[in-house]
Amino acid sequence: MTSHAITSIDPPGIRWQTILPVVAVLVLAGLGLLSSDYIVTVLGFAFIYTVFCTGLNFFMGYTGQASFGQSAFAAIGGYGSAILCTDYGWEPLLALVATMAISGVAAVIVGYPTLRLRGHYLAMATFALGLIVYEITIEWTSLTQGYMGYSGVPPLGLAGYELDSVKQQLIVLVVLALFGVVVASRLRQSRFGRALASIAGSEQAALALGVNIARYKLIAFVIAALYASAAGSLFAHFIGFISPEVFGTTMVVQSFAMLYLGGIGTMWGPVLGAAIVSVLPEALRGLNEMQDIAYTAILIFILIFAPRGLAGLAGLFRRRRRPLQEVA
Amino acid sequence: MQVTKGDVPLLEVRDISASYGHVQALKPTSLHVGEGELVTILGPNGAGKTTLMRALTRLTASKGQILFRGDDISGLPTHKLARCGIVMVQEGRGLFPQMTVRENLTIGGYLHPATVDTQMTTVLELFPRLKERLSQVAGSLSGGEQQMLAIGRALMAKPQLLMLDEPSLGLAPRAAAEILGTLSELNRRGIGILLVEQKAPLALKLAQRVYVISLGKIVAELKTDEIKSHHDLARYYLH
Repeated sequence: MTSHAITSIDPPGIRWQTILPVVAVLVLAGLGLLSSDYIVTVLGFAFIYTVFCTGLNFFMGYTGQASFGQSAFAAIGGYGSAILCTDYGWEPLLALVATMAISGVAAVIVGYPTLRLRGHYLAMATFALGLIVYEITIEWTSLTQGYMGYSGVPPLGLAGYELDSVKQQLIVLVVLALFGVVVASRLRQSRFGRALASIAGSEQAALALGVNIARYKLIAFVIAALYASAAGSLFAHFIGFISPEVFGTTMVVQSFAMLYLGGIGTMWGPVLGAAIVSVLPEALRGLNEMQDIAYTAILIFILIFAPRGLAGLAGLFRRRRRPLQEVA
Repeated sequence: MQVTKGDVPLLEVRDISASYGHVQALKPTSLHVGEGELVTILGPNGAGKTTLMRALTRLTASKGQILFRGDDISGLPTHKLARCGIVMVQEGRGLFPQMTVRENLTIGGYLHPATVDTQMTTVLELFPRLKERLSQVAGSLSGGEQQMLAIGRALMAKPQLLMLDEPSLGLAPRAAAEILGTLSELNRRGIGILLVEQKAPLALKLAQRVYVISLGKIVAELKTDEIKSHHDLARYYLH
């Protein structure tokens, strides 16, 4: 599989390209807080998917690998949080962290043999991982309650304090999503991030320069799994209910759409993609039976005219400005 | 042949061989590179030159023994060779085309993060044209500049042995001469160089010794000035 990762590393520092998306996210969240609970829920999904796609972006965009199986780790996070909180009375935040640890260990165990594969083979192996976990969530009814799913998962909270309203939860989701994006970005600009970028650029060249690509791919896979697990847990706490369908193939397809629309390999691509894919169908709801057609047409339009995603448009703008500045 | 400059060669290869499936592309082959020596490997297309380079750097599975300054490094994976001081510039350069020149060089210094800035200064003194292109993405450079960047990036890893596979491939004669001239300068600075090169007359001007490879086997080992006395080789490689 050919990587479409944008491998250039954004220079560090706070600039308008960083400030503008943060302001946009805060404005979007602020508008959401003034809206109905339904709109808040839609935005909540967008920020949960932001967390999920930021992890996926780390593995696919920054490292140039393919994974169709991140939904498996989201399922571990979601079911882990649901089981620990409803059956064992754990604190939601503690359950979230614990399931992230479990997902990390699972990612090491699964990733060690799987990441020896490359391209389409890696894609198929990870896809199989997603399907296996999906089947487990259906068949292991004593643990997961099968198709019935888990209900009554408590909202996020700590030390007995629960975030009762969806608006309170949205604020926490925005903070966590931005935190996740910033952490990923800082890692990207570190020596570790440069090593990942070299793997995305050319594995053989990276090896020749001394980069242990097997180890770095595994670490990137684990990081992506941690993000996915956190997203799964957040979903369980935000909605209060999970079932196998939440973590099925639809999640994989949606997250890919978000990643490519927003801009794979960019810092803000996952945020933009998650916001558009989550919010756009609701914005087009008034079109009734034409809704799906209009939605698909807009997605295709974006992919044609912004093949590197919406975040990639900022790069185009930056490149066009530079010659003007040099002339001046 | 006498090992140059001291008893222990920089690189000593004993009976290395490699196969692609049932096809043995490289038959058991031995060679060595002395400290501060520039050695060229010549051979026609399909002779096994690139396979030899890939076998030496473990990019292709191989049998045989590889010693670096007397230490057996046969079992080391590719990424550990750079830590020993062996760095290869691959055929096709292997640049990260969507990264800038600066980013490519910085990644080249991955093993030496504390000295990236000073090493980059050294590299940019050697290739002043790269200094003008620091913010330009590698994919937009000319062929000669890309090759400079590939060598510069390898130098960021502070090699003691630099291996280059066809560095002049696809370059105009002037650019090729410039690149090979830089290799000569690096060799003067004490870096051992193992060079696979199609442009034999240029390479033979630089090298102290030459191996001739044919059908996956080294068939001759000569000092550069000896090649003129081998009429078949001289006719093939010098004209």
